[in-house]
Amino acid sequence: MAKLTEIRWHGRGGQGAKTAALLFGEAVLGQGKYMQAFPEYGPERMGAPVQSFNRISDEPITLHCHVTSPQVVVVLDPTLIGNVDVTQGLPNDGIIIINTEQPPSKFREMLHLNGQKVYTVDASRIARETIGRDIPNTPMMGALVKVTGLLDFQEMLKDTRKKLEKKFRSKPEIIEGNIKAIERAYNEVKGG
Amino acid sequence: MATITKERMALTGNEAVAYVMRQINPDVCAAYPITPATEVMQIFASYVADGLVNTELVTVESEHSAMSATIGAAAAGARAMTATSSQGLALMWEMLYIASGLRLPIVMPMVNRTLSAPINIHCDHSDSMGARDAGWITIFSENSQELYDNIIQAVRIAEHPEVQLPVMVTYDGFIISHAMEPVEVYSDEDIQAFIGEYKPMYSLLDVDHPITVGALDFTDYYFEHKRSQAEAMNNAIPKIEEVARDFERKFGKRYGLFEAYRTDDAELVIVVLGSTAGTTKAVIDDIRQKGVKAGMVKLRVFRPFPAKQIADALANVKAVAVLDRSEGMAGTGGPVYAEVRSALYDCENRPAVIDYIYGLGGRDITLSHITSVYNDLDSIARSGKRPYLCVNYLGVRE
Repeated sequence: MAKLTEIRWHGRGGQGAKTAALLFGEAVLGQGKYMQAFPEYGPERMGAPVQSFNRISDEPITLHCHVTSPQVVVVLDPTLIGNVDVTQGLPNDGIIIINTEQPPSKFREMLHLNGQKVYTVDASRIARETIGRDIPNTPMMGALVKVTGLLDFQEMLKDTRKKLEKKFRSKPEIIEGNIKAIERAYNEVKGG
Repeated sequence: MATITKERMALTGNEAVAYVMRQINPDVCAAYPITPATEVMQIFASYVADGLVNTELVTVESEHSAMSATIGAAAAGARAMTATSSQGLALMWEMLYIASGLRLPIVMPMVNRTLSAPINIHCDHSDSMGARDAGWITIFSENSQELYDNIIQAVRIAEHPEVQLPVMVTYDGFIISHAMEPVEVYSDEDIQAFIGEYKPMYSLLDVDHPITVGALDFTDYYFEHKRSQAEAMNNAIPKIEEVARDFERKFGKRYGLFEAYRTDDAELVIVVLGSTAGTTKAVIDDIRQKGVKAGMVKLRVFRPFPAKQIADALANVKAVAVLDRSEGMAGTGGPVYAEVRSALYDCENRPAVIDYIYGLGGRDITLSHITSVYNDLDSIARSGKRPYLCVNYLGVRE
Protein backbone atom coordinates (compact mmCIF):
# COMPACT_ATOMS: atom_id res chain seq x y z
CA MET A 1 0.00 0.00 0.00
CA ALA A 2 1.16 3.53 -0.72
CA LYS A 3 2.02 5.75 2.20
CA LEU A 4 -1.13 6.45 4.15
CA THR A 5 -1.42 9.30 6.65
CA GLU A 6 -4.12 9.14 9.29
CA ILE A 7 -5.21 12.14 11.37
CA ARG A 8 -7.45 12.29 14.43
CA TRP A 9 -9.14 15.53 15.45
CA HIS A 10 -10.26 16.01 19.06
CA GLY A 11 -12.78 18.69 19.93
CA ARG A 12 -15.94 19.41 21.80
CA GLY A 13 -19.40 19.25 20.25
CA GLY A 14 -19.99 22.57 18.47
CA GLN A 15 -16.31 23.45 17.97
CA GLY A 16 -16.16 22.22 14.41
CA ALA A 17 -14.04 19.06 14.66
CA LYS A 18 -16.21 17.41 12.03
CA THR A 19 -16.13 20.47 9.77
CA ALA A 20 -12.35 20.65 10.14
CA ALA A 21 -11.94 17.07 8.92
CA LEU A 22 -14.34 17.66 6.01
CA LEU A 23 -12.71 20.97 5.02
CA PHE A 24 -9.26 19.43 5.22
CA GLY A 25 -10.48 16.47 3.18
CA GLU A 26 -11.72 18.80 0.46
CA ALA A 27 -8.39 20.62 0.47
CA VAL A 28 -6.60 17.28 0.06
CA LEU A 29 -8.83 16.34 -2.88
CA GLY A 30 -8.17 19.79 -4.36
CA GLN A 31 -4.51 18.78 -4.66
CA GLY A 32 -5.29 15.59 -6.55
CA LYS A 33 -4.72 13.21 -3.64
CA TYR A 34 -7.11 10.61 -2.23
CA MET A 35 -8.79 11.12 1.11
CA GLN A 36 -11.47 10.16 3.55
CA ALA A 37 -13.02 12.45 6.17
CA PHE A 38 -15.44 11.16 8.76
CA PRO A 39 -16.67 11.93 12.25
CA GLU A 40 -17.19 9.52 15.08
CA TYR A 41 -20.89 9.44 15.87
CA GLY A 42 -22.01 9.05 19.42
CA PRO A 43 -24.38 10.99 21.61
CA GLU A 44 -23.93 14.47 20.11
CA ARG A 45 -24.14 17.19 22.72
CA MET A 46 -22.67 20.68 22.79
CA GLY A 47 -19.42 20.55 24.72
CA ALA A 48 -19.09 16.75 24.83
CA PRO A 49 -15.76 15.31 23.63
CA VAL A 50 -15.94 14.37 19.94
CA GLN A 51 -13.51 13.02 17.38
CA SER A 52 -13.19 13.12 13.62
CA PHE A 53 -10.71 11.60 11.21
CA ASN A 54 -8.86 11.96 7.93
CA ARG A 55 -7.05 9.46 5.77
CA ILE A 56 -4.75 10.82 3.07
CA SER A 57 -2.88 8.93 0.36
CA ASP A 58 -1.53 9.30 -3.17
CA GLU A 59 -3.48 6.17 -4.11
CA PRO A 60 -7.14 5.16 -3.67
CA ILE A 61 -8.03 4.29 -0.07
CA THR A 62 -10.19 1.21 0.46
CA LEU A 63 -10.02 0.97 4.27
CA HIS A 64 -13.32 1.33 6.07
CA CYS A 65 -12.27 0.45 9.60
CA HIS A 66 -11.74 2.96 12.40
CA VAL A 67 -8.57 5.01 12.66
CA THR A 68 -6.82 3.59 15.73
CA SER A 69 -3.17 4.64 15.39
CA PRO A 70 -3.06 8.04 13.66
CA GLN A 71 0.29 9.62 12.85
CA VAL A 72 -1.12 13.05 13.67
CA VAL A 73 -3.47 14.23 16.42
CA VAL A 74 -5.01 17.70 16.44
CA VAL A 75 -6.55 18.96 19.69
CA LEU A 76 -9.00 21.83 19.24
CA ASP A 77 -9.65 22.27 22.97
CA PRO A 78 -6.82 21.99 25.55
CA THR A 79 -9.29 21.25 28.37
CA LEU A 80 -9.75 17.81 26.81
CA ILE A 81 -6.21 16.90 27.88
CA GLY A 82 -6.44 14.91 31.09
CA ASN A 83 -10.07 13.99 30.38
CA VAL A 84 -9.62 12.27 27.03
CA ASP A 85 -6.64 10.08 26.10
CA VAL A 86 -5.60 12.26 23.17
CA THR A 87 -2.36 10.33 22.56
CA GLN A 88 -4.05 6.91 22.37
CA GLY A 89 -2.50 4.90 19.55
CA LEU A 90 -0.13 7.72 18.60
CA PRO A 91 3.14 6.09 17.46
CA ASN A 92 6.47 7.24 18.93
CA ASP A 93 7.24 9.25 15.79
CA GLY A 94 3.75 10.77 15.83
CA ILE A 95 2.81 14.43 16.05
CA ILE A 96 0.35 16.20 18.31
CA ILE A 97 -0.82 19.77 17.62
CA ILE A 98 -2.70 21.58 20.38
CA ASN A 99 -4.78 24.77 20.34
CA THR A 100 -3.46 26.51 23.47
CA GLU A 101 -1.77 29.68 24.65
CA GLN A 102 0.79 27.51 26.50
CA PRO A 103 4.19 26.52 25.08
CA PRO A 104 4.79 22.93 23.87
CA SER A 105 7.13 22.21 26.78
CA LYS A 106 4.17 22.35 29.16
CA PHE A 107 2.55 19.37 27.47
CA ARG A 108 5.57 17.13 26.88
CA GLU A 109 5.61 16.05 30.51
CA MET A 110 1.87 16.15 31.08
CA LEU A 111 1.22 13.75 28.20
CA HIS A 112 3.94 11.20 29.18
CA LEU A 113 5.30 11.18 25.64
CA ASN A 114 7.81 8.73 24.17
CA GLY A 115 9.42 10.92 21.54
CA GLN A 116 6.27 12.23 19.89
CA LYS A 117 6.54 15.83 18.76
CA VAL A 118 4.35 18.51 20.30
CA TYR A 119 3.33 21.72 18.59
CA THR A 120 1.12 24.48 19.95
CA VAL A 121 -0.67 27.48 18.52
CA ASP A 122 -3.19 29.86 20.09
CA ALA A 123 -5.83 29.18 17.45
CA SER A 124 -8.68 30.41 19.65
CA ARG A 125 -7.09 33.85 19.99
CA ILE A 126 -6.28 33.91 16.28
CA ALA A 127 -9.91 33.01 15.49
CA ARG A 128 -11.27 35.70 17.82
CA GLU A 129 -8.99 38.33 16.28
CA THR A 130 -9.58 37.38 12.65
CA ILE A 131 -13.04 35.78 12.43
CA GLY A 132 -14.50 37.43 15.52
CA ARG A 133 -15.46 34.16 17.21
CA ASP A 134 -13.66 31.31 18.91
CA ILE A 135 -13.82 28.79 16.05
CA PRO A 136 -10.37 27.24 16.12
CA ASN A 137 -10.89 24.65 13.37
CA THR A 138 -9.83 26.61 10.30
CA PRO A 139 -6.66 28.07 11.86
CA MET A 140 -5.71 24.57 13.04
CA MET A 141 -5.74 23.49 9.38
CA GLY A 142 -2.98 26.05 8.75
CA ALA A 143 -0.96 24.71 11.68
CA LEU A 144 -1.49 21.14 10.48
CA VAL A 145 -0.19 21.90 7.00
CA LYS A 146 2.84 23.75 8.37
CA VAL A 147 3.81 20.95 10.76
CA THR A 148 3.18 17.99 8.45
CA GLY A 149 3.89 19.42 5.00
CA LEU A 150 1.05 17.24 3.71
CA LEU A 151 -0.20 19.88 1.29
CA ASP A 152 1.09 22.83 -0.71
CA PHE A 153 0.13 25.75 1.53
CA GLN A 154 -0.55 28.36 -1.16
CA GLU A 155 -2.65 25.89 -3.13
CA MET A 156 -4.62 25.06 -0.01
CA LEU A 157 -5.30 28.74 0.68
CA LYS A 158 -6.52 29.24 -2.87
CA ASP A 159 -8.74 26.18 -2.69
CA THR A 160 -10.16 27.06 0.73
CA ARG A 161 -10.93 30.57 -0.47
CA LYS A 162 -12.86 29.13 -3.41
CA LYS A 163 -14.87 26.87 -1.10
CA LEU A 164 -15.64 29.71 1.33
CA GLU A 165 -16.64 32.02 -1.52
CA LYS A 166 -19.28 29.51 -2.53
CA LYS A 167 -20.62 29.21 1.00
CA PHE A 168 -20.37 32.82 2.22
CA ARG A 169 -21.02 34.82 -0.94
CA SER A 170 -22.73 37.62 0.98
CA LYS A 171 -20.22 37.75 3.85
CA PRO A 172 -16.77 38.62 2.45
CA GLU A 173 -15.49 39.42 5.98
CA ILE A 174 -15.92 35.76 6.95
CA ILE A 175 -13.89 34.64 3.93
CA GLU A 176 -11.07 37.10 4.65
CA GLY A 177 -11.17 36.31 8.37
CA ASN A 178 -10.79 32.57 7.80
CA ILE A 179 -7.99 32.97 5.26
CA LYS A 180 -6.15 35.32 7.62
CA ALA A 181 -6.67 32.85 10.49
CA ILE A 182 -5.18 29.97 8.50
CA GLU A 183 -2.18 32.11 7.48
CA ARG A 184 -1.54 33.31 11.03
CA ALA A 185 -1.73 29.82 12.54
CA TYR A 186 0.60 28.58 9.80
CA ASN A 187 3.13 31.24 10.81
CA GLU A 188 2.62 31.14 14.58
CA VAL A 189 2.61 27.40 15.32
CA LYS A 190 5.73 26.36 17.27
CA GLY A 191 7.31 23.29 18.78
CA GLY A 192 8.93 20.08 17.65
CA MET B 1 -16.44 5.02 -25.49
CA ALA B 2 -18.00 8.40 -26.22
CA THR B 3 -16.45 11.40 -24.51
CA ILE B 4 -18.21 12.17 -21.27
CA THR B 5 -17.66 14.81 -18.65
CA LYS B 6 -16.42 13.68 -15.25
CA GLU B 7 -15.69 15.70 -12.15
CA ARG B 8 -14.11 14.50 -8.92
CA MET B 9 -16.08 15.77 -5.93
CA ALA B 10 -15.68 15.28 -2.19
CA LEU B 11 -19.01 13.80 -1.11
CA THR B 12 -20.42 11.81 1.76
CA GLY B 13 -22.53 8.81 0.83
CA ASN B 14 -25.73 10.69 1.61
CA GLU B 15 -24.57 13.69 -0.42
CA ALA B 16 -23.74 11.43 -3.36
CA VAL B 17 -27.24 9.93 -3.21
CA ALA B 18 -28.99 13.31 -3.09
CA TYR B 19 -26.74 14.55 -5.91
CA VAL B 20 -27.55 11.64 -8.20
CA MET B 21 -31.25 11.89 -7.34
CA ARG B 22 -31.12 15.50 -8.56
CA GLN B 23 -29.50 14.27 -11.77
CA ILE B 24 -32.14 11.53 -12.20
CA ASN B 25 -34.84 14.14 -11.51
CA PRO B 26 -37.60 11.67 -10.57
CA ASP B 27 -41.24 12.68 -11.01
CA VAL B 28 -42.18 11.93 -7.40
CA CYS B 29 -40.25 11.47 -4.15
CA ALA B 30 -41.72 10.64 -0.78
CA ALA B 31 -39.73 11.85 2.22
CA TYR B 32 -39.66 10.77 5.83
CA PRO B 33 -36.55 11.22 8.02
CA ILE B 34 -34.60 8.48 9.77
CA THR B 35 -30.99 8.37 10.95
CA PRO B 36 -28.65 7.87 9.11
CA ALA B 37 -30.63 8.44 5.89
CA THR B 38 -32.23 11.76 6.86
CA GLU B 39 -29.70 13.91 5.00
CA VAL B 40 -30.63 12.35 1.66
CA MET B 41 -34.12 13.80 1.64
CA GLN B 42 -32.99 16.94 3.52
CA ILE B 43 -30.53 17.78 0.74
CA PHE B 44 -32.90 16.64 -1.98
CA ALA B 45 -35.67 18.84 -0.51
CA SER B 46 -33.33 21.83 -0.89
CA TYR B 47 -32.95 20.95 -4.60
CA VAL B 48 -36.73 20.91 -4.87
CA ALA B 49 -37.00 24.27 -3.06
CA ASP B 50 -34.31 25.76 -5.32
CA GLY B 51 -36.14 24.61 -8.43
CA LEU B 52 -33.28 22.38 -9.57
CA VAL B 53 -35.61 19.42 -10.12
CA ASN B 54 -39.18 19.02 -11.32
CA THR B 55 -39.93 16.46 -8.63
CA GLU B 56 -43.15 16.46 -6.65
CA LEU B 57 -41.87 16.04 -3.08
CA VAL B 58 -44.41 14.39 -0.80
CA THR B 59 -43.66 14.78 2.90
CA VAL B 60 -45.46 12.00 4.71
CA GLU B 61 -46.07 10.98 8.31
CA SER B 62 -44.28 7.62 8.38
CA GLU B 63 -42.21 5.24 6.27
CA HIS B 64 -45.29 3.10 5.71
CA SER B 65 -46.84 6.16 4.09
CA ALA B 66 -43.60 6.99 2.25
CA MET B 67 -43.63 3.62 0.51
CA SER B 68 -47.41 3.87 -0.03
CA ALA B 69 -47.07 7.27 -1.71
CA THR B 70 -44.19 5.97 -3.85
CA ILE B 71 -46.27 2.95 -4.87
CA GLY B 72 -49.22 5.19 -5.78
CA ALA B 73 -47.01 7.47 -7.84
CA ALA B 74 -45.32 4.57 -9.61
CA ALA B 75 -48.68 2.94 -10.40
CA ALA B 76 -49.77 6.27 -11.86
CA GLY B 77 -46.82 6.06 -14.25
CA ALA B 78 -44.32 8.27 -12.44
CA ARG B 79 -40.61 7.59 -11.96
CA ALA B 80 -40.78 7.44 -8.17
CA MET B 81 -38.16 7.22 -5.42
CA THR B 82 -37.82 7.36 -1.64
CA ALA B 83 -34.99 6.61 0.81
CA THR B 84 -34.90 5.00 4.22
CA SER B 85 -32.99 2.96 6.79
CA SER B 86 -33.43 0.45 9.61
CA GLN B 87 -36.70 0.90 11.53
CA GLY B 88 -37.99 2.87 8.56
CA LEU B 89 -37.51 -0.11 6.26
CA ALA B 90 -39.07 -2.33 8.91
CA LEU B 91 -42.14 -0.11 9.03
CA MET B 92 -42.37 -0.31 5.22
CA TRP B 93 -42.38 -4.10 5.32
CA GLU B 94 -46.03 -4.56 4.36
CA MET B 95 -45.72 -2.12 1.45
CA LEU B 96 -42.43 -3.58 0.16
CA TYR B 97 -44.30 -6.69 -0.93
CA ILE B 98 -46.96 -4.57 -2.60
CA ALA B 99 -44.37 -2.61 -4.59
CA SER B 100 -42.79 -5.82 -5.92
CA GLY B 101 -46.09 -7.70 -6.33
CA LEU B 102 -47.48 -4.84 -8.41
CA ARG B 103 -44.21 -4.90 -10.43
CA LEU B 104 -43.47 -1.23 -9.83
CA PRO B 105 -39.97 -0.07 -10.88
CA ILE B 106 -39.27 2.03 -7.77
CA VAL B 107 -35.66 2.83 -6.86
CA MET B 108 -34.87 3.22 -3.17
CA PRO B 109 -31.51 4.11 -1.62
CA MET B 110 -31.34 2.28 1.72
CA VAL B 111 -28.79 3.02 4.44
CA ASN B 112 -27.81 -0.13 6.32
CA ARG B 113 -28.43 0.30 10.03
CA THR B 114 -29.17 -2.24 12.70
CA LEU B 115 -32.64 -2.92 14.11
CA SER B 116 -33.82 -2.29 17.67
CA ALA B 117 -33.81 -3.54 20.43
CA PRO B 118 -31.41 -2.58 21.97
CA ILE B 119 -31.59 0.78 20.22
CA ASN B 120 -28.56 1.58 18.09
CA ILE B 121 -28.11 3.86 15.07
CA HIS B 122 -24.99 2.23 13.61
CA CYS B 123 -24.33 -0.08 10.71
CA ASP B 124 -25.17 -3.68 10.23
CA HIS B 125 -27.22 -5.46 7.60
CA SER B 126 -30.14 -6.63 9.75
CA ASP B 127 -32.50 -4.22 8.01
CA SER B 128 -31.81 -5.14 4.38
CA MET B 129 -31.49 -8.85 5.21
CA GLY B 130 -34.90 -8.68 6.86
CA ALA B 131 -36.31 -7.56 3.50
CA ARG B 132 -34.56 -10.27 1.53
CA ASP B 133 -37.75 -12.18 0.67
CA ALA B 134 -39.77 -9.05 -0.22
CA GLY B 135 -39.18 -9.37 -3.96
CA TRP B 136 -36.90 -6.37 -4.31
CA ILE B 137 -33.71 -6.47 -6.34
CA THR B 138 -31.08 -5.66 -3.72
CA ILE B 139 -27.69 -4.17 -4.55
CA PHE B 140 -24.93 -3.51 -2.01
CA SER B 141 -22.33 -0.75 -2.41
CA GLU B 142 -18.78 -0.80 -1.05
CA ASN B 143 -18.18 2.96 -1.17
CA SER B 144 -19.74 6.22 -2.30
CA GLN B 145 -18.58 5.83 -5.90
CA GLU B 146 -20.25 2.45 -6.24
CA LEU B 147 -23.31 3.84 -4.53
CA TYR B 148 -23.55 6.69 -7.03
CA ASP B 149 -23.00 4.35 -9.98
CA ASN B 150 -25.40 1.69 -8.61
CA ILE B 151 -28.29 4.15 -8.28
CA ILE B 152 -27.87 5.24 -11.91
CA GLN B 153 -27.91 1.61 -13.03
CA ALA B 154 -30.82 0.77 -10.70
CA VAL B 155 -33.14 3.04 -12.67
CA ARG B 156 -32.42 1.13 -15.87
CA ILE B 157 -32.64 -2.28 -14.17
CA ALA B 158 -35.97 -1.53 -12.46
CA GLU B 159 -37.57 -0.12 -15.61
CA HIS B 160 -36.35 -2.85 -17.96
CA PRO B 161 -39.46 -4.30 -19.67
CA GLU B 162 -38.45 -7.84 -18.75
CA VAL B 163 -37.76 -6.95 -15.12
CA GLN B 164 -40.24 -4.32 -13.86
CA LEU B 165 -39.28 -4.73 -10.23
CA PRO B 166 -38.33 -2.35 -7.43
CA VAL B 167 -34.61 -1.98 -6.65
CA MET B 168 -33.05 -1.24 -3.29
CA VAL B 169 -29.49 0.14 -3.37
CA THR B 170 -27.88 -0.20 0.05
CA TYR B 171 -24.84 1.42 1.64
CA ASP B 172 -23.39 1.16 5.12
CA GLY B 173 -24.67 3.59 7.74
CA PHE B 174 -22.15 6.22 8.92
CA ILE B 175 -19.20 4.24 7.51
CA ILE B 176 -20.33 5.35 4.03
CA SER B 177 -23.39 7.55 4.59
CA HIS B 178 -21.48 10.11 6.67
CA ALA B 179 -17.91 9.62 5.40
CA MET B 180 -16.53 11.94 2.75
CA GLU B 181 -14.65 10.30 -0.10
CA PRO B 182 -13.80 11.32 -3.66
CA VAL B 183 -16.65 10.55 -6.04
CA GLU B 184 -16.36 10.91 -9.79
CA VAL B 185 -19.65 12.41 -10.92
CA TYR B 186 -20.94 12.63 -14.48
CA SER B 187 -22.91 15.39 -16.18
CA ASP B 188 -26.68 15.64 -15.81
CA GLU B 189 -26.98 15.22 -19.59
CA ASP B 190 -24.95 12.00 -19.66
CA ILE B 191 -27.01 10.51 -16.84
CA GLN B 192 -30.27 11.53 -18.49
CA ALA B 193 -29.08 10.02 -21.76
CA PHE B 194 -28.19 6.77 -19.96
CA ILE B 195 -31.44 6.34 -18.03
CA GLY B 196 -33.62 7.70 -20.86
CA GLU B 197 -37.08 9.17 -20.65
CA TYR B 198 -39.37 7.02 -18.54
CA LYS B 199 -42.15 5.43 -20.52
CA PRO B 200 -44.23 3.36 -18.08
CA MET B 201 -45.59 0.10 -19.46
CA TYR B 202 -48.82 0.67 -17.58
CA SER B 203 -50.24 3.78 -16.02
CA LEU B 204 -53.36 4.43 -13.95
CA LEU B 205 -53.50 7.90 -15.48
CA ASP B 206 -53.63 6.58 -19.05
CA VAL B 207 -57.42 6.78 -19.34
CA ASP B 208 -57.39 5.52 -22.93
CA HIS B 209 -55.95 2.23 -21.72
CA PRO B 210 -57.63 1.62 -18.39
CA ILE B 211 -56.10 -0.98 -16.06
CA THR B 212 -56.86 -2.41 -12.66
CA VAL B 213 -54.13 -2.35 -10.03
CA GLY B 214 -54.27 -4.36 -6.86
CA ALA B 215 -57.30 -6.44 -7.75
CA LEU B 216 -58.46 -9.44 -5.75
CA ASP B 217 -56.54 -12.49 -6.94
CA PHE B 218 -57.53 -15.67 -5.14
CA THR B 219 -56.99 -19.33 -5.92
CA ASP B 220 -57.59 -18.64 -9.61
CA TYR B 221 -54.54 -16.53 -10.57
CA TYR B 222 -52.48 -15.52 -7.51
CA PHE B 223 -50.08 -18.43 -8.04
CA GLU B 224 -49.56 -17.57 -11.72
CA HIS B 225 -48.82 -13.95 -10.82
CA LYS B 226 -46.23 -15.03 -8.26
CA ARG B 227 -44.73 -17.42 -10.78
CA SER B 228 -44.30 -14.58 -13.28
CA GLN B 229 -42.87 -12.34 -10.54
CA ALA B 230 -40.27 -15.04 -9.81
CA GLU B 231 -39.52 -15.18 -13.52
CA ALA B 232 -38.90 -11.42 -13.53
CA MET B 233 -36.40 -11.95 -10.69
CA ASN B 234 -34.66 -14.66 -12.74
CA ASN B 235 -34.62 -12.35 -15.77
CA ALA B 236 -32.99 -9.67 -13.69
CA ILE B 237 -29.62 -11.51 -13.56
CA PRO B 238 -28.79 -11.10 -17.30
CA LYS B 239 -30.44 -7.67 -17.40
CA ILE B 240 -28.33 -6.41 -14.49
CA GLU B 241 -25.27 -7.60 -16.43
CA GLU B 242 -26.55 -5.98 -19.61
CA VAL B 243 -27.07 -2.63 -17.87
CA ALA B 244 -23.58 -2.94 -16.33
CA ARG B 245 -22.07 -3.46 -19.81
CA ASP B 246 -23.88 -0.38 -21.12
CA PHE B 247 -22.70 1.54 -18.07
CA GLU B 248 -19.10 0.51 -18.67
CA ARG B 249 -19.32 1.53 -22.33
CA LYS B 250 -20.60 4.98 -21.39
CA PHE B 251 -18.89 5.76 -18.09
CA GLY B 252 -15.85 3.47 -18.15
CA LYS B 253 -16.44 1.68 -14.84
CA ARG B 254 -16.98 -2.07 -14.72
CA TYR B 255 -19.59 -3.69 -12.52
CA GLY B 256 -20.81 -7.27 -12.31
CA LEU B 257 -23.04 -9.40 -10.12
CA PHE B 258 -20.09 -9.50 -7.75
CA GLU B 259 -16.48 -8.38 -7.70
CA ALA B 260 -13.88 -11.15 -7.62
CA TYR B 261 -10.77 -9.63 -6.07
CA ARG B 262 -7.49 -11.53 -6.66
CA THR B 263 -9.37 -14.83 -6.87
CA ASP B 264 -7.66 -16.23 -10.00
CA ASP B 265 -5.23 -18.41 -8.05
CA ALA B 266 -6.81 -17.91 -4.63
CA GLU B 267 -7.09 -20.82 -2.19
CA LEU B 268 -8.66 -18.90 0.69
CA VAL B 269 -11.58 -16.63 -0.10
CA ILE B 270 -13.75 -14.29 1.96
CA VAL B 271 -17.28 -13.56 0.75
CA VAL B 272 -18.47 -10.19 2.02
CA LEU B 273 -20.87 -7.33 1.27
CA GLY B 274 -20.60 -3.57 1.65
CA SER B 275 -17.87 -1.38 3.10
CA THR B 276 -15.95 -4.23 4.79
CA ALA B 277 -14.95 -5.40 1.30
CA GLY B 278 -12.61 -2.39 1.08
CA THR B 279 -10.87 -3.26 4.35
CA THR B 280 -10.62 -6.88 3.19
CA LYS B 281 -8.82 -5.78 -0.01
CA ALA B 282 -6.17 -4.05 2.10
CA VAL B 283 -5.65 -7.25 4.12
CA ILE B 284 -5.39 -9.35 0.93
CA ASP B 285 -2.78 -7.00 -0.58
CA ASP B 286 -0.80 -7.27 2.64
CA ILE B 287 -0.86 -11.05 3.20
CA ARG B 288 -0.39 -11.82 -0.52
CA GLN B 289 3.08 -10.28 -0.11
CA LYS B 290 3.71 -12.95 2.53
CA GLY B 291 2.66 -15.69 0.12
CA VAL B 292 -0.89 -16.33 1.32
CA LYS B 293 -3.14 -17.07 -1.66
CA ALA B 294 -6.00 -14.91 -0.43
CA GLY B 295 -8.92 -13.53 -2.41
CA MET B 296 -12.35 -12.06 -1.97
CA VAL B 297 -15.78 -12.23 -3.56
CA LYS B 298 -17.71 -9.05 -2.86
CA LEU B 299 -21.40 -9.56 -3.50
CA ARG B 300 -22.93 -6.60 -5.30
CA VAL B 301 -26.26 -8.17 -6.20
CA PHE B 302 -27.79 -10.06 -3.26
CA ARG B 303 -31.31 -10.34 -4.74
CA PRO B 304 -31.61 -12.10 -7.08
CA PHE B 305 -28.84 -14.27 -5.65
CA PRO B 306 -26.33 -15.20 -8.39
CA ALA B 307 -25.87 -18.75 -7.07
CA LYS B 308 -24.42 -20.40 -10.18
CA GLN B 309 -21.96 -17.57 -10.81
CA ILE B 310 -20.82 -17.62 -7.16
CA ALA B 311 -20.41 -21.39 -7.27
CA ASP B 312 -18.26 -21.09 -10.42
CA ALA B 313 -16.11 -18.39 -8.80
CA LEU B 314 -15.50 -20.55 -5.73
CA ALA B 315 -15.11 -23.87 -7.57
CA ASN B 316 -11.33 -24.21 -7.20
CA VAL B 317 -10.97 -22.68 -3.79
CA LYS B 318 -9.91 -24.68 -0.72
CA ALA B 319 -11.74 -22.79 2.00
CA VAL B 320 -14.33 -20.00 2.08
CA ALA B 321 -15.37 -17.69 4.91
CA VAL B 322 -18.61 -15.78 4.66
CA LEU B 323 -18.73 -12.53 6.63
CA ASP B 324 -22.30 -11.87 7.75
CA ARG B 325 -23.14 -8.45 9.15
CA SER B 326 -26.41 -9.69 10.59
CA GLU B 327 -27.43 -12.53 12.90
CA GLY B 328 -30.38 -14.20 11.24
CA MET B 329 -31.39 -15.81 14.54
CA ALA B 330 -31.94 -19.00 12.58
CA GLY B 331 -29.54 -21.08 14.65
CA THR B 332 -27.67 -21.86 11.45
CA GLY B 333 -25.50 -18.76 10.99
CA GLY B 334 -26.13 -15.62 9.00
CA PRO B 335 -28.27 -15.25 5.87
CA VAL B 336 -25.36 -14.77 3.44
CA TYR B 337 -23.75 -17.95 4.76
CA ALA B 338 -26.96 -19.88 4.11
CA GLU B 339 -27.06 -18.61 0.51
CA VAL B 340 -23.42 -19.26 -0.29
CA ARG B 341 -23.42 -22.68 1.33
CA SER B 342 -26.56 -23.62 -0.55
CA ALA B 343 -25.11 -22.34 -3.85
CA LEU B 344 -22.15 -24.73 -3.41
CA TYR B 345 -24.07 -27.80 -2.25
CA ASP B 346 -24.46 -29.44 -5.69
CA CYS B 347 -20.83 -28.80 -6.70
CA GLU B 348 -18.62 -31.87 -6.73
CA ASN B 349 -15.46 -30.25 -5.36
CA ARG B 350 -17.07 -27.82 -3.00
CA PRO B 351 -14.75 -26.05 -0.60
CA ALA B 352 -15.12 -25.85 3.17
CA VAL B 353 -17.45 -22.95 3.99
CA ILE B 354 -17.49 -21.31 7.39
CA ASP B 355 -19.37 -18.30 8.72
CA TYR B 356 -18.44 -15.24 10.77
CA ILE B 357 -21.06 -12.95 12.25
CA TYR B 358 -19.36 -9.58 12.67
CA GLY B 359 -19.88 -5.84 13.10
CA LEU B 360 -23.33 -5.91 14.69
CA GLY B 361 -24.50 -2.48 15.82
CA GLY B 362 -21.53 -0.82 14.13
CA ARG B 363 -18.80 -2.78 15.96
CA ASP B 364 -15.56 -1.99 14.15
CA ILE B 365 -14.02 -4.69 11.99
CA THR B 366 -10.27 -4.24 11.90
CA LEU B 367 -7.46 -5.40 9.66
CA SER B 368 -6.41 -7.89 12.35
CA HIS B 369 -9.92 -9.35 12.57
CA ILE B 370 -9.89 -10.06 8.83
CA THR B 371 -6.33 -11.37 8.97
CA SER B 372 -7.42 -13.80 11.69
CA VAL B 373 -10.17 -15.10 9.37
CA TYR B 374 -7.58 -15.89 6.67
CA ASN B 375 -5.46 -17.62 9.34
CA ASP B 376 -8.45 -19.78 10.29
CA LEU B 377 -9.10 -20.58 6.61
CA ASP B 378 -5.46 -21.56 6.21
CA SER B 379 -5.72 -24.06 9.09
CA ILE B 380 -8.90 -25.53 7.62
CA ALA B 381 -7.36 -25.80 4.14
CA ARG B 382 -4.29 -27.56 5.59
CA SER B 383 -6.44 -29.99 7.56
CA GLY B 384 -8.27 -31.00 4.35
CA LYS B 385 -11.46 -31.29 6.39
CA ARG B 386 -14.84 -29.64 5.99
CA PRO B 387 -16.17 -28.52 9.37
CA TYR B 388 -19.94 -28.88 9.63
CA LEU B 389 -21.99 -25.71 10.14
CA CYS B 390 -19.05 -23.76 11.51
CA VAL B 391 -20.48 -20.45 12.73
CA ASN B 392 -18.16 -18.01 14.51
CA TYR B 393 -18.46 -14.56 16.03
CA LEU B 394 -15.79 -12.03 15.09
CA GLY B 395 -14.91 -9.23 17.50
CA VAL B 396 -17.45 -9.99 20.20
CA ARG B 397 -16.72 -10.29 23.95
CA GLU B 398 -17.76 -13.67 25.32
